[in-house]
This record gives sequence, C-alpha cells and structure tokens, in this order.
Amino acid sequence: MSASSLPKTPEEVRQRAAVADNRRRRKARSAPRQWRRRGLMAAYIVFVLLPVYWLLNMSFQSNSEILGGLTLWPEDFTVEHYAKILTNSSWYMGYINSITYVLMNMLISIVVALPAAYAFSRYQFIGDKHLFFWLLTNLMAPPAVFLLPYFQLYYTVGLFDTHVAVALAHCLFNIPLAVWILEGFMSGVPKEIDETAFIDGYSFPRFFVKIFIPMISSGIGVTLFFLFMFSWVELLLASTLTSTGAQPIASVMTQTKGASGIDWGTLAAAGALTILPGIVVVYFVRNHIAKGFALGRT
Amino acid sequence: MNKVHNNRAWWLILPMLLLVAFSAVIPLMTVVNYSVQDVFDANTRFFTGTEWFKEMLNDPALQAAVLRQFAFSLTILAIEVPLGIGVALIMPKKGWQASAALILVTMPLLIPWNVVGSIWQIFTRGDIGLMGWSLRELGYGYNITSNPVDAWVTIILMDVWHWTSLIALLCYSGLRSIPDAYYQAARIDRASKWAVFRYIQLPKLTNVLVIGVLLRFMHSFMIYAEPFVLTGGGPGSSTTFLSQSLTTMAIGQQDLGPSAAFSLIYFLIILLVTWVFYTAIMNMQKDNNKGA
Repeated sequence: MSASSLPKTPEEVRQRAAVADNRRRRKARSAPRQWRRRGLMAAYIVFVLLPVYWLLNMSFQSNSEILGGLTLWPEDFTVEHYAKILTNSSWYMGYINSITYVLMNMLISIVVALPAAYAFSRYQFIGDKHLFFWLLTNLMAPPAVFLLPYFQLYYTVGLFDTHVAVALAHCLFNIPLAVWILEGFMSGVPKEIDETAFIDGYSFPRFFVKIFIPMISSGIGVTLFFLFMFSWVELLLASTLTSTGAQPIASVMTQTKGASGIDWGTLAAAGALTILPGIVVVYFVRNHIAKGFALGRT
Repeated sequence: MNKVHNNRAWWLILPMLLLVAFSAVIPLMTVVNYSVQDVFDANTRFFTGTEWFKEMLNDPALQAAVLRQFAFSLTILAIEVPLGIGVALIMPKKGWQASAALILVTMPLLIPWNVVGSIWQIFTRGDIGLMGWSLRELGYGYNITSNPVDAWVTIILMDVWHWTSLIALLCYSGLRSIPDAYYQAARIDRASKWAVFRYIQLPKLTNVLVIGVLLRFMHSFMIYAEPFVLTGGGPGSSTTFLSQSLTTMAIGQQDLGPSAAFSLIYFLIILLVTWVFYTAIMNMQKDNNKGA
C-alpha cells in the first residue's frame, strides 16, 4: 500500500491519525523537558557509579598513595593488588570456590524447580495453595535463623567445608524463587499447546523436554540469572559452612585485616573483581531482565 | 487459566519437596528443639517449655532491636518505592541507552552483600573516602563510628543505593507492558502528565509494586552483612538489627536455647507480614482474572 493511497477502513484512519499525532508530538515536545529527563537519569547513574568508581580508584592506587592523602584518580597507577590476587592461590581459589558452588546451586535448583513449577502452573491438587505459601516462607527465612542448625546438620552428614554444602544450603531460598519465577512464565504459555502435544502422542517427558522447555527458554534464562544473583551475593551461610577447602571469596577478603591495619588496595581490588561476573551475566539477559524482575507476570 | 484437578501432579513436586525439606524442615525442627530446652553439653539438657520465649520477649535489648528493625524497614521503603518509580519513569526505553541504563541500574544488585559494605566503608571513611572527606572539608564533623545519626543516615543511603534498582526494574517492566493505545487515548483526551501517571501508569504498577515491596521488606528484615561490615552494629548498638543480634547470640555466645526461641519469634514476625502480602497478591490476581 503506497503512502498516498486513501485509507479504506476506519481502523486505518485511526492508525494514520495516531502516526501523524506521534510525529507532531515528537516535534512539539519541548527540548528542555527532554534534557531535564536526561539530566535526572544521569544524576541517578552518577549516584550509582560514584561509590563503585571510588572502589576502582582505590584498587589502582598503591597503599602509600591511599593513606598519603585523598587523590581523585590514581596518580601512581599500579596493578600490584590485582597481580597479588591473581597469582596467590589462597586469593583466586576464593573466586573459583564461589563460582563452583553458585553453578552447582543453579543446576540443582533449575532441575527440581522446572517440573514443580509446571505442576503449579497446570494442575490443581490437594494442598497446592498451602504448599506454595510454604515455599514462599522459605524465601523469607532469615539465613541467620538457620545458621546454627545448618552448621550442625552439614557437620553431622560430613558435608561441612564442601561446595555441595553451600549449594544445598542456598537451595533454601533459590528453589522457591525459581519455582515462583518459572510458574509465572509457564502460565503465560497457552494450555492448548500441552493438550495438542498429548493428542499427537507425545509422552510427558518428551513433550516437556522437546516442546515445553524451548518455549520458555527466555524464562529459564532469566531464572538462571536470578539464581546466580542470589547465590552469588549471599555470604553469611556460605562463609559459615566452609573453613578452608571451599571458602568463598568473601571470607578470604577478611584476610586483608593484617597486623598493620587493613590492606585497602587489595580489599578494593578483590571487591572490584567480585562485581565483574555479575556484569558479564547481566549483559546476556539484558533484554529479558525487566520481565524477569516482575517474575514473568506482566 | 483453568487448571485440571490431578493429584498425580504431586510426583512432579516431590523432588523439589524433598530437597527443600532437607534444607528447611530439618534445620527448623532443630531450632524448635533447642528453643524448649536448656542445653549444657551433648548429654545434659533440661526441658524448659516456654521459658526462653518469655525471656526473649521481655528482653529490652531485643525489643529495641525489633523497633530499630521496623524503623529501618519502613524508612527504606518510604524512600525506595517513590524513588524507584521515578527512576523507572525516566529510564530510556529504546536503543543503546536503554541497554546501558539497564545494566548500570542492575549493577548494585549483583554485588555480594559484604562487598557492598566494604564499598561504602571505603567511600565514607573520613580519611580516604570521597564522601566522608568531602563532608569534612565542607565543615561537617561526619563520623559514623561515634555519631549514631551519621551511622543511620549512611546505612539508609547505602540501602537506597543498593536496592532502589530492584523497585526501578520492577516498575520499568510494568511500564513497558502498557499498550501504546492507552497513551494515545490519553493524548486525545488532552490528559495532563499527572493524570496519565495517576490513571494509566500507577494502576498498572500496583501488581509489580506489591512484589517489590514484599521482596524489599523481607530482605531489609534480614539485613546483616552490609551494616556489619560498615558499622559493626555501632556506635553502641544503634545500628544492630535483628539478624546481627541473633548471630551474636547464637554463634558468638553459643546461647542455644534463647537464640533458638528468638529465631522462631523473628521468623514468625516475617511470616505474619508475608502472609498479609501474599493474601493481598492472591486477591489482586483474582480481581484481575475477573476483569479479564
């Protein structure tokens, strides 16, 4: 249809009016208002970035410069703190340990949460509502409450100071979260798809793996992101359940408190390195993240 | 969606149930067990009934911690919810700016909690921190280790920095789900910006806001690592929140009975508030389904 042809239906008239209206609005919208909006956004971004900038600034300064006086950028630029972390196994093992238990937890959580979320989104069964609420209460359970019993439980079953212990402990809040998010995404898939597949002779497991999971892949991606996020940032349980073998980076960071005070440069460098994995992960899910934060429910 | 009644769905739930039960029910039962006993060592223990609960409920230090906790949670909600909505409204919606803004706004959420404490510790120190140093240069005797007001303001500022993003992202996703036709209709009616916000955007946001407030409430109620690293709960006990009181009691002093009783009271408070929110969400979904 050429642009000059006359509109034929009322719907078309309305559409064109809307397009023209939009064009006019864009021209008419006052530039100052646009700039005010951008300015406010920039102000918020600066507020978010400033403390992080300061951390980076510290991490590239030598300790004598840090303590010698306040400098707004590293005048004596050095990577000695990063070199120290990346060459000393007691430091970099902290990162490897953290990533190991986070990945284990993500795998365990998603595998058991997928069928459970499917059950909640598709079926009614005895006690479903109570069960769902009980799951949510685990999301609310303060880790501090479980500190001591966990310590004793994992000590008794011989899992203390292993990656599995932390991965299982984080299941306490990550499985309910995964079920909650996945249930939202699954409820967005029409039920007719399941029914058609079953009529076509698909068995449940085959349907689930071949058809259903690909359909909610973005939901699964977002769920994995959240599992990563909450397992990566939680440290109270992680550091209580480990001593030396599976110590997370957070407990390693307490090493910076030496006899001569805190080693600020190394502390800052270690902190800066903990931000990195998060940024990498968020980059991959940036287009789905907004929906994920609404638990798939918008 | 109309759900089919089928009790075999339990089989799908079972693996998850066993795993969560292992990490939730067994430890919780241990806590209940401790809360009614006085444990001297592995072989000597006495049944005490509700004694620990009475003691904990009457403990002035803990009462103060509960009040402090509520004050903190309500303050940060009062700041973060409006601010988060505001940020969501001005976030760019298209192009590379949208991606960049999303990543930057999300960033604070992905920093381990004790590192958040460290970042603010470095940022606010009077000698090496940008904020602490600037305030001192401006002539204000800023000191979070001796002035409770400074400590409070700093912790609230830290929490706003850390968690406003969550509300902002939730609202951003809520706003994106509003069809363009709504805005066109508003334009035809020559609706003011405020009217658009009040009658189009805000109603769409209530759903995500309830989730946001729920998540923020429970996380703020469990806050531990950030104030622990930043202020250590001081000066005095002015920034000692519930989690920290509990951890000190359970791990530091090994008072198993009282701390177990305290754990249960703590958990019940959260449970009660959660239940109120949960019922609200469920009712809202019911209303939505009726409307659709």
